[in-house]
Amino acid sequence: MVPEAEFTSYYGRPVVKESPWQADIPAYLFTGGLAGASSLLAAGAGATGRSTLARNSRVGALAAIGASTFFLIHDLGKPSRFLNMMRVFRPTSPMSMGTWLLAAYGPLTGLAAAHEIVGALPVGTRKVLPSVFTRALQATGRPAGWGAALVGPAVATYTAVLIGDTATPTWHDASGQLPFVFAGSAATAAGGLGMLTTPVPQSGPARRMAVGGVIAEQLAQAWMTRSMGLSVQTLHEDRAGTLLRLATVLSTAGGIGVVLAGAVSRKPRGATGAQLLSAVSGTALMAASACTRFGIFHAGQASARDPRYTVVPQRERVDAGHPVRSDRTPPGGG
Amino acid sequence: MSSHSLFGPLDPAVDAGWEQAPGRKGFLTDTSVCIGCKACEVACKEWNAIPSDLGDGITGESYDNTSALGANTWRHVAFVEQSTPPAPAAPPAVDLGMPTLRAPDADAKPEFRWLMSSDVCKHCTHAACLDVCPTGSLFRTEFGTVVVQDDICNGCGYCVPACPYGVIERRAEAPGDKTKNAGIAQKCTLCYDRISDGDLPACAKACPTESIMFGDVDELRERGQQRVAELQEQGVTGARMYGDDPHDGVGGTGAMFLLLDEPEVYGMPPDPVVTTRDLPRMWKRAGLAAAGLAAGAALSLLGGS
Ligand code: SF4
Ligand code: SF4
Repeated sequence: MVPEAEFTSYYGRPVVKESPWQADIPAYLFTGGLAGASSLLAAGAGATGRSTLARNSRVGALAAIGASTFFLIHDLGKPSRFLNMMRVFRPTSPMSMGTWLLAAYGPLTGLAAAHEIVGALPVGTRKVLPSVFTRALQATGRPAGWGAALVGPAVATYTAVLIGDTATPTWHDASGQLPFVFAGSAATAAGGLGMLTTPVPQSGPARRMAVGGVIAEQLAQAWMTRSMGLSVQTLHEDRAGTLLRLATVLSTAGGIGVVLAGAVSRKPRGATGAQLLSAVSGTALMAASACTRFGIFHAGQASARDPRYTVVPQRERVDAGHPVRSDRTPPGGG
Repeated sequence: MSSHSLFGPLDPAVDAGWEQAPGRKGFLTDTSVCIGCKACEVACKEWNAIPSDLGDGITGESYDNTSALGANTWRHVAFVEQSTPPAPAAPPAVDLGMPTLRAPDADAKPEFRWLMSSDVCKHCTHAACLDVCPTGSLFRTEFGTVVVQDDICNGCGYCVPACPYGVIERRAEAPGDKTKNAGIAQKCTLCYDRISDGDLPACAKACPTESIMFGDVDELRERGQQRVAELQEQGVTGARMYGDDPHDGVGGTGAMFLLLDEPEVYGMPPDPVVTTRDLPRMWKRAGLAAAGLAAGAALSLLGGS
């Protein structure tokens, strides 16, 4: 426990405002990551002949990005004006960039998934569809899948910039490492989805992606917590603390489950057990990713509500004679 | 866009592309003469037709029941009661006829002082709210001020956590009635309509002590700095300017303040920084992380099943 810093405030009231965002936004952070990394996994699986994993990941990516879009619109104060985001292209606004990313990524994912879905239909049913449609999908489905895999990683990590680019102490203080945390968390979720939906003999890449994600996320979080300063406290307290601890438990359990599933599947007659283990740990890993996003979201909200996290670091800079200035380089360089 | 578009001194109207900018306009709020009458709060509400907002009701926080700037409070008068002031004396120069709790002996240390300050949107040189707005609803006027266009804003709420001063807020729908601009970000416009017609902003016009001054930012800055020097000479060592430095974390503000104590005493951040100063670094990190994710996905293809 860090000793309580003395500071002055106006009746303990917040200095910065917490975002008006509700559960929609952390859910959006989660589904965006799930979608983006699933597109990558799908492209890889498709290229290496794991067609079931490719199909499931593509359909999963579409569902996730559909949910994302719903959350984004639902969260607006004036949802009917959603399209106003398409009237400007503004690199200084991560939300503007994100909207354009989604505008590119959504249709690509839609095409890739539609191609998979139509391909999976029984031949009789497929014949009912207009042939222009099936032929168009035939031609565009694969390149669209590669396109989605190209944009997907950006969809998964830009959300870290979205919340980092605020005056919310925890988010801003974490902004240097948050993209790596989110990338890891996205891999964890997409790997988890692949494990849940795909037979063990094909889901090797999903398992490896999930474990890699868990490791990357833990490393990035360790780096993040070391560089944040005072606001790191909000990651350990209250709702955020509970969620982030739960995320660690779930991802550890999920990680162990992955290894076990691999081992059991090599046993004679281990297939059913391995599949069950794979599904359970896949679900745990997806839940872990969601908990991470909700935890970081709530930590930020809490840091905005308490003036300590805004005032204390600023006061310390000023008292140390190093206020932020554009005509002086800060101590220790940029 | 210039090299200082994200950070550093800049003429914001020119940077935003105005060719015949009439010169930057702003406020100087001299809190040393504020008497806490709240005429500014009322005038602002009336002129801008801002819905009532009782907030927490009667707060018990001195005479302040509006508590903070927000969607329905575009001018906010803070009341601070200090019984052991860090500064040795309250401003002695201006006798406003207020009842005094101080002994007539000028040398005696005051045991109690009241700080009153009318807060407002700072109309930052580098306005984070404007930088992050994804619809272009927030824009830079020819006066260098920052204004929300009510008919463009889609209520994404991004500007709210972006503002380093906690000024802008999304207006909540009051239960049961049709609130004007509900769901939309709201804040001081520096009376864009009035100043476009050459009139004073409503708050400045209503202020009976000229605590709120409106004018050219350069001129106000000088006036404020002079007044600080005067006050210092009279022994008010706590007097200082806030927002007058074009090299500070937001490139200086269009609305400046003369304060008698540390900014945080009034609920203002002591060293605010525009978040978008760090945005280039954030984009770079996100790009690296995305590349890492793609590389990880490729690696995960190696191996069996
Ligand atoms: S004080 Fe806040 S709301 Fe006002 S211009 Fe600056 S960033 Fe925008
Ligand atoms: S709430 Fe409105 S003004 Fe604020 S960033 Fe969103 S669109 Fe812009």
